[in-house]
Amino acid sequence: MTVIELRNVSRWYGNVVAVNDITMTIGPGVTGLLGPNGAGKSTLMHMIAGFLAPSRGGLTVGGTPSWHNPGIYRTLGLVPERDSVHAFLTGAEFVTASARLHKLPDPGAAARRAIEMVELTGAQDRKISTYSKGMRQRIRVAGSLVHDPEVLLLDEPFNGMDPRQRLHMMDLLHGLGEQGRTILFSSHILEEVERLSGTIQVMVAGRLAASGDFRAIRRLMTTRPHVFLVRTSDDRGLGAALIGRPAVTGVEVTDHGLSVRASDYGTFSREIAALTRDAGLRLRELLPEDESLESVFAYLIDTDGPKAR
Amino acid sequence: MFGDQGRVIASITLRATMGRKRALLFAIPPAILLLVTVLLKLAHSQDTSWPSQVVGIFGFTVVLPLTALIIGTSVLGAEVDEGSIVHLLATPVPRSVVIGGKYVVAVVLTAAFVAVPELLAGLIATGGLTRLAVGLFVGALAGSVMYNAVFVMASVMTTRAIAYGLGYVVVWEALLGNFVSGARLLSIGHYSLSVANGIARDGSGLDPGVGLGTSVVMGAIVTALALVIAARALASFSLKGDAI
Repeated sequence: MTVIELRNVSRWYGNVVAVNDITMTIGPGVTGLLGPNGAGKSTLMHMIAGFLAPSRGGLTVGGTPSWHNPGIYRTLGLVPERDSVHAFLTGAEFVTASARLHKLPDPGAAARRAIEMVELTGAQDRKISTYSKGMRQRIRVAGSLVHDPEVLLLDEPFNGMDPRQRLHMMDLLHGLGEQGRTILFSSHILEEVERLSGTIQVMVAGRLAASGDFRAIRRLMTTRPHVFLVRTSDDRGLGAALIGRPAVTGVEVTDHGLSVRASDYGTFSREIAALTRDAGLRLRELLPEDESLESVFAYLIDTDGPKAR
Repeated sequence: MFGDQGRVIASITLRATMGRKRALLFAIPPAILLLVTVLLKLAHSQDTSWPSQVVGIFGFTVVLPLTALIIGTSVLGAEVDEGSIVHLLATPVPRSVVIGGKYVVAVVLTAAFVAVPELLAGLIATGGLTRLAVGLFVGALAGSVMYNAVFVMASVMTTRAIAYGLGYVVVWEALLGNFVSGARLLSIGHYSLSVANGIARDGSGLDPGVGLGTSVVMGAIVTALALVIAARALASFSLKGDAI
């Protein structure tokens, strides 16, 4: 049972702060690190993996720092985002080489087991240059699993995978998590993270924006204030009617329609049609203005401190 | 030190280095050296002054350092550029073993692509296994050992190792080294010439400008220091995040 501990970890490059004061604990099971591109997920993973020093703060894996500590790799495996294996090697050669570098007592057997785990036994004697993208990803996972690590870090493991490959990889990671390993993977796609993770850590602009299980994160996303654009035959009149409703927190008359801020998405959606009809107005257009994941992320970092726990 | 881990590293490094397109570049400088030697031999077979100038000085100030530069920056630098170094470093292998394994491959390749051609050129130019020919072979071996230590170190410390290496070879060694006597004291090319001269004996025409004793001591220090620095720098190898 190995735990990853971060305490007030920051990393900056000159004026750019890539990771900003993050404190979190990652325990056994699967944890998803969710955030938009550029949020600092890779930077964070590289620090946990011992490939980048924190500018400030304490970071330990199983109680010892990973920086300047090659011994940590006995219990840690990393699958980096960039696909850069030597393609002239066969799958078996690559995984066996990894086993030998880990000084395993029977490298060949360990390699065979790891390759079986990722279901590439049939292709192991072919050069990696002949593999599909999904196969290359799986052989890299095999290489990082060959020494039976307690901790596995995967940076955007589902990038470029088709649904079938994604399902297969998810099953694999789920199984590894069930074995009690500590698995941390990053993604910018909520659905991927939801399906697989026990805990989700949301990172936005270098900061930890939210933390919790997928239900808590979903709840955050649906209970946040929503902004709608409404166009009717009398925007100002509707605006006057709306401001009296509890579900509405703000109304603005603009050139392209009425911009309405609603604190309760569900109630507002139900009421708007009835309201316009009762006021004798024609509802021409109703558009949500901020449905992107980015706006959700922006909301999550709008106030101090992480939201869900 | 060279247990199984070192063997895996050396084996993969050798295959990776020889498999890249830039491996063709290793062959070009020595090929030119041999071609020029053969042509000069045919044109001036009785002249005895050109072998030391061409095979010796040209060979040691141009062919040796440039080939060592391409090889030395390739064994590690290319993997850093490609990102494949991470698979090697995400293991408990001591960083000194990583450097050692790759360095040995670089020295062996440079010996094959420079020292052996130097011997061949020397044999052709001087008409047989003369002291000069043997001296050039051993001097080139010494140069392989010294240059590769420096170039492997450079490739750990910067992504522009080839540029800095070229600057060192062209500006420091070739330009200053030939005109400023002080610069020769810190020139691997001149240490190598001195080793060659030590075997070929004075009067060989090699004019190293640095004593043999000084060259051996300085050469050993430079080599050891470069490899130690390389291993320590590799311990701090860092990956940047995707947004930076």
